[in-house]
Amino acid sequence: MLRHKAQSARSVSARVRTEPRAVRIVLILAALGFLALFIFLPVVIVFVSALQKGWQFYLSAIGEPDALAAIRLTLLAAGIAVPLNLLFGVTAAWAIAKFDFKGKNLLITLIDLPFSVSPVVSGIIFVLIFGLHGWLGPWLDQHDIRIIFAVPGIVLATLFVTFPFIARELIPLMQAQGIDEEEAALSLGANGWQTFWRITLPNIKWGLLYGVILCNARAMGEFGAVSVVSGHIRGLTNTLTLHVEILYNEYNTAAAFALASLLAFLALVTLVAKSIVGWKSQQQLKAVEQSPPGRKPYEN
Amino acid sequence: MRANLVKKQRVIPGFGLTMGYSLLYLSLLVLIPLAGIFLKTTTLSWAQFFETVAAPRALASYRLSFGASAVAALLNAFFGFIVAWVLVRYHFPGKQIIDAIVDLPFALPTAVAGIAFTALYTTNGWIGRWLAPLGIKVAFTPVGVILVLTFIGLPFVVRTVQPVLQDIQPDIEEAAAVLGARRTQTFTRVLLPMLWPALVTGFAMAFARAVGEYGSVIFISGNMPMRTEITPLLIITKLEQYDYAGATALAVVMLLVSFALLLLINTLQWWTRRQRV
Repeated sequence: MLRHKAQSARSVSARVRTEPRAVRIVLILAALGFLALFIFLPVVIVFVSALQKGWQFYLSAIGEPDALAAIRLTLLAAGIAVPLNLLFGVTAAWAIAKFDFKGKNLLITLIDLPFSVSPVVSGIIFVLIFGLHGWLGPWLDQHDIRIIFAVPGIVLATLFVTFPFIARELIPLMQAQGIDEEEAALSLGANGWQTFWRITLPNIKWGLLYGVILCNARAMGEFGAVSVVSGHIRGLTNTLTLHVEILYNEYNTAAAFALASLLAFLALVTLVAKSIVGWKSQQQLKAVEQSPPGRKPYEN
Repeated sequence: MRANLVKKQRVIPGFGLTMGYSLLYLSLLVLIPLAGIFLKTTTLSWAQFFETVAAPRALASYRLSFGASAVAALLNAFFGFIVAWVLVRYHFPGKQIIDAIVDLPFALPTAVAGIAFTALYTTNGWIGRWLAPLGIKVAFTPVGVILVLTFIGLPFVVRTVQPVLQDIQPDIEEAAAVLGARRTQTFTRVLLPMLWPALVTGFAMAFARAVGEYGSVIFISGNMPMRTEITPLLIITKLEQYDYAGATALAVVMLLVSFALLLLINTLQWWTRRQRV
């Protein structure tokens, strides 16, 4: 009898918390239609257009020397930007999460700054410094060092736009974890590095990987900022995204889409990896939240 | 007192090293370059500055950039809300895949999105060919710009509304129902006010992202001065004509707008958090 009552109470609760069946169906269809139009179709057309001239053409478009050079440059830029921003992310998160100091919120806001800057503006700030008409331009020119319209400029622009990705994943995670475990390790005689490698790093590994995945996707996909600093020299300063633009503007649509399909594939891989790692990272954060709250860092 | 003394002695090492390195890296890569652009504008006179940023071509580009971004953010607020609602409240097959796919605009390079949308909406494209007989042109018009900007900002509203909706306790809606509210009343009087801060935050984020967007827009917009030219493209045009002063002036305008939006978004997030507690 009691159980019956509980059950009917639950079903009443479910009923008052949902909409009539017709409304539900309309809303689901609206959501799916919106996503189909804005996400599904654009991805499908990339792959269909890439293969419009057959596999033979597809493979030769990707194997073409300028395309390979563009792929290499994209890998190089991401290969430098991701590790450097990873190092920064870990050190910044350590300083912010393990210690208390004045102006912490301001520091966090400043770290997020590159997110709100337009990619084009991100490129221009480096042209104004290192370009021929920039502050260091004449000096660099005298010493025959090229940064703008050369590979270093592309690396710098990529570093700038991907700057916050790893730090912003790690800061909240490490803040939630507190300093208990590190303190215990230190009091048992471990030194600082041992504590970091054996205690902190295992605790943050999923959050860290999540940040790396996002950072890498943006580094390989950046367009506006690198477009400003690259100079578009085929085979030399064209990244993959810039090469897609050049081919497209030359009406070589099939080749442009062939290279674009590589980037779209990378995006899909990123989404899958992000879902798996994001889930693991959530578990790690939940484990922290269920244990008693970690001790706050010391007053500075 | 004694506890205080003990506390003052830091056990965790590395503050100097990590803080020092973080500040150095932040300054070299972000703060000094950003400060540089403001310094550069001081070499312009006010008259020069205003002449550049208030030129008819610049004004037309602001209208398109801000107007199209606002419409795109509104579309995202409306449909993003529905997507978030459906993902949290209803069950249907493939829901988890749909949930993951919402983030695609964050992962897909903007240039790829740009050529994909252009291919879909040109007069012989998959969608464009059905719109052309109706007299609707999308590619190379402001409508096309709105569409790609909607794509770019799509995840923001979904991802801000979703967690707040998830946290709403069932008893709130039950109480409303028990007190005699109809479902629509519960929605407009109880749920919507709770979700409002998150919705506005998502709108502002989508808008801020769209205003600065470049890669996806330039393919579909056709880039006609005064008609379909966005501000970031105008900056690049000036740069390519070696008009560094003009490019800098417009870049500073864009930067100031993004800082203002950042401040607004931070305030909105604070409001959201307060609402949730």
